[in-house]
Amino acid sequence: MVRFIELLGAYIIKFTEELGRVLLLLGNTTRLIFIPPFEAKSIFKQMIEVGIKSLPVVLITAVFTGMVLALQSYTGFKRFGAESMVASVVALSMTRELGPVLTGLIVAGRAGAAMAAELGTMRVTEQIDALETLAANPVKYLIVPRFIAGMIMLPALAVVTDIVGILGGYSVTVGLFGTSSTTYWKRTWDYLKMDDIYYGILKACFFGGCIAMISCYRGFYSEGGAEGVGKATTSAVVLSSMTILISDYFLSAWLFK
Amino acid sequence: MIDVLGLTKSFGKKQVLKGANLRVEKGESMVVIGGSGSGKSVLIKHIIGLLKPDGGKVLVEGRDVTGLDEKGLYEVRRKFGMLFQGAALFDSMNVWENVSFVLLRERRMNRADARAIAIEKLKMVGLAGVEDLMPSELSGGMKKRVGLARAIAYEPEILLYDEPTTGLDPIMADAINDLIIEMKRRLSVTSITITHDMHSAYKIADRISMLYLGEIIETGTPKQIKNTENPIVRQFINGSAVGPIKVIDW
Repeated sequence: MVRFIELLGAYIIKFTEELGRVLLLLGNTTRLIFIPPFEAKSIFKQMIEVGIKSLPVVLITAVFTGMVLALQSYTGFKRFGAESMVASVVALSMTRELGPVLTGLIVAGRAGAAMAAELGTMRVTEQIDALETLAANPVKYLIVPRFIAGMIMLPALAVVTDIVGILGGYSVTVGLFGTSSTTYWKRTWDYLKMDDIYYGILKACFFGGCIAMISCYRGFYSEGGAEGVGKATTSAVVLSSMTILISDYFLSAWLFK
Repeated sequence: MIDVLGLTKSFGKKQVLKGANLRVEKGESMVVIGGSGSGKSVLIKHIIGLLKPDGGKVLVEGRDVTGLDEKGLYEVRRKFGMLFQGAALFDSMNVWENVSFVLLRERRMNRADARAIAIEKLKMVGLAGVEDLMPSELSGGMKKRVGLARAIAYEPEILLYDEPTTGLDPIMADAINDLIIEMKRRLSVTSITITHDMHSAYKIADRISMLYLGEIIETGTPKQIKNTENPIVRQFINGSAVGPIKVIDW
């Protein structure tokens, strides 16, 4: 029992310590965003890494999610004669929930892992120390561009997911089940409010910031050679994904009243 | 020029520096020797402000670098160039961009001029025709020379060498020794080298200091060190496993 409390205490101390360090890094990053020189080139490069290069996976995920959503809700709703609601279900699920969360999870796995691995390697090969000695602030040079790219590109990807998901739902509902095209679009817009889209985008923006921050933090403070970089990468993906799923509930409860 | 006064530093429960003192005169080549884990790297990282000490001071031209804010620290670091053990080249950039990193980024020099300066600095370290290669295409010795070119690109007053000959073949190691002497002669820089390579230490040092268990236990010219009475230093410079320094705890 004493041993259990000891372990729990140690865990809580470690957790608080890490949370503090992440928040400090976040504070430092936000401050440095507004101080010149602005790393336009790096930001652009990271936007391509996070956004454009995630596009193929995001597109495939989005179209199939929209399709299966339509398929499942059509066959399910048919039992109580509510097939006409499929379009609304697809539109609401995609914009409010699946758009931001699925994109977040994909980007966490792709770009988050890449960020942690890259910064981790730079740490263990002393490239981050070298930046310091060359009087370049590594937080500004490495983390700020990734943070900005995450906050901009994740919402952009989420909007793409929304649209492509709805089109996927359209292809199944109209193409497979023969609902008329007019009905589908009418049903899509009937219950969809602009707030659904805005809040979805806002969530995506938050997830983008979280992924970049957690992954950069893990990479930046990794230690112990190749093994350390591996651990940093794994934990970056796991922590980012957990943060997305947990914070999603609370953000949704708060935003969509 | 550089005064390290009573520097202490612990990592967790392990105290690495226990009040280290070191004085380096302007224009001097100081070599700090010591075994693996003696705290040499930790010492050099304090001098350039990469680590903050638990106690003690590091004075660079009379200014304490340990208490500086970020801006002051970056100002002082301008005086320093550092060659890292693994060269620490940025692997996202090619060779010349690495060398002229500060010129491009901070001094906003146009790319053609920066490239020309990079090529000139590369020539100084005996490299030609490598400017457009990526770091991954270079051998260990070439990487170190590019690292040195990067460290001298913005004309610092002090050069720090972290194990400059470690991991190189004997001929390349000697070439690096010659370069270190050459840098001192041509650029009249002050330098601090940490190494456990005694051949290198004798060749490049004006004075040698030995770091043992977190303290500087002896300082002298290469000649004085060779003739030292201190049994610990004797054991180290002769490279013997038998003596007061315990290699293996039986």
